[in-house]
Amino acid sequence: MTSATTAHSVVEPSATTRRFAGSLVVLYAVITMIPLVWIMLTAFKSPDDAISYPPKVLFKPSLEGFCNLFTTRSRQTPEFIRSLGPPQGMCDDIARSRNMVVAGPSNYVPRFVNSLIIAFGSTVLAVALGTLSAYGFSRFRVPLKDDLLFFILSTRMMPPIAVAIPIYLMYRTIGLSDTRLGMILLYTSVNVSLAVWLLKGFIDEIPREYEEAAMIDGYTRFQAFVKVVLPQATTGIAATAIFCLIFAWNEYAFAVLLTSGNAQTAPPFIPIIIGEGGQDWPAVAAGTTLFLVPIVVFTVLLRKHLLRGITFGAVRK
Amino acid sequence: MNELSASSRITYRAVMVRPSVAHRIRGLSDRTLAWLFITPTIVLLLAINIFPLLWTIYLSFTNYRANRANVPTIWLGADWYQSILTDPDIWAAMQVTAHFVIWTVVIETVLGFGLAYLIDKKFRGHGIWTTIILLPMMLSPAVVGNFWTFLYQPQIGLFNYVVAFFTGRAASSFQMLGDVTLSPWAIVIVDAWMWTPYVMLICLAGLRSIPDYIYEAAEVDRASKWRQFWSITLPMALPFIMLAVLFRGIENFKMFDMVNLLTGGGPGSTTEVASITLKRAAFESWRTGYSSAFAIILFVTVFGLANIYVKALNKVKSR
Repeated sequence: MTSATTAHSVVEPSATTRRFAGSLVVLYAVITMIPLVWIMLTAFKSPDDAISYPPKVLFKPSLEGFCNLFTTRSRQTPEFIRSLGPPQGMCDDIARSRNMVVAGPSNYVPRFVNSLIIAFGSTVLAVALGTLSAYGFSRFRVPLKDDLLFFILSTRMMPPIAVAIPIYLMYRTIGLSDTRLGMILLYTSVNVSLAVWLLKGFIDEIPREYEEAAMIDGYTRFQAFVKVVLPQATTGIAATAIFCLIFAWNEYAFAVLLTSGNAQTAPPFIPIIIGEGGQDWPAVAAGTTLFLVPIVVFTVLLRKHLLRGITFGAVRK
Repeated sequence: MNELSASSRITYRAVMVRPSVAHRIRGLSDRTLAWLFITPTIVLLLAINIFPLLWTIYLSFTNYRANRANVPTIWLGADWYQSILTDPDIWAAMQVTAHFVIWTVVIETVLGFGLAYLIDKKFRGHGIWTTIILLPMMLSPAVVGNFWTFLYQPQIGLFNYVVAFFTGRAASSFQMLGDVTLSPWAIVIVDAWMWTPYVMLICLAGLRSIPDYIYEAAEVDRASKWRQFWSITLPMALPFIMLAVLFRGIENFKMFDMVNLLTGGGPGSTTEVASITLKRAAFESWRTGYSSAFAIILFVTVFGLANIYVKALNKVKSR
């Protein structure tokens, strides 16, 4: 992407070196992609193809995994199935070929919706709080600034299980256990430290002169923040939001310990999708694929800011 | 918009009251605004992080059990701390954790730096391939752990098939997740697969921060490529490598989700890293006081190690 700027420099790697380095990296990339590609292929396999030995690379694609992901089915006698009317839709058809009928929708959609609500809710809150604090830390002389910033970061060092014990007791007392609001608040508190650190870096890069000029023109400090700084920080805010979104989307430890039915998100749900006689791998793979697709999209969108995000703004390109 | 008009109203009042103080003319004083902006974050963190932490500290000195809230709470002093620090099971868990942290960090650093070094050669299409390599680290560790259990299935799993294909052993002759000697490595492999890109990305930033003119000077002095690597590339990238090691070390010390899904700590307790021991004590045997004490010990350990390491990092940076 950043093409060579010094074309004839002595330090430019030779064409052979480049080709050699390139082929090694491509080899690594291909190997590292195999597990992901495999899980996506499994999503489109029939249960028999999914567990065949040797593993099948070529197979007849089937949507049974997705059907099993979205429905619950019950086993019936062939006589009963014959007595029913024509199958309603493709999934019913597949189920009947296995002596089953579709009994109703599964819990995947509600869990997925919970994931969406909790991830977006906590992201909006964390970014809003983070932007304000980051501006405060960036522009004003705050007493004990370094200590406060370190305090904000240090909350990330606690093992999640250690935090979960008292949160569990606290939420049980105030009635927030297994609620979306409880999870949103919890994820906000985890994400806000990342948001403050990242956004402080982004806001530090916006020259103070812009606001000062606006304030000379008669803006108040707050107006200058809203009308001058925020538009300049849009990219940073967007990148931070995506990082918060990905964290909340992926989080498992709190979700599995603090939610059971009502507010459960997708990560604790996907591993417990079981069919008859063990895990229903095509259904698990289908659930996993749908769950991972948004992340793949976001990663591509974020690639320029990834480095900052994963190091809490410690490394900037 | 409401806030905006509110603030301009305050401006107006400020002008009326103290017209002489220059910064008051422009809305809220900076100090007020600073506190207005920072306080909500601090309050949230106090409520959801610090208050629970203090509660944990209190519970760690008592016999409280979350599933028997009616039993009167007795103050035990430092009993739990003493029994944890002398408990061979806890030390076994710490050894498992150390094995996991050390091996993952070593493998990820070597592979990650190697990859970054190769990508820094700027071959054609390196941007696209870098993005592809980065994908695993963005995924949910729990979901990753879960689908690796599928790849590790002894009879039908792809991993076993590939290993069998290259070694000639039968695919069902070994169980990555069920064998006491293999399972600690099974979790290391998945973590390395997932997080090598993370180290790679940080190392890449380090390599790109080395200015070309240093290499040009080295060329003029006829320093060999080998020599350049050891006296320029590695020392100058070292702070970045150490930063990556710091982040990975802390994260893997806390590791829970991926291992919980892969092995759940088993077979037996061969992959029972500290967080899983903690979860078993807190949410399966409901020994709340005991697990609170263990949580505090873990937190102090992470915090202490991180502080020592940051000091070392700063020393390297200032060199």
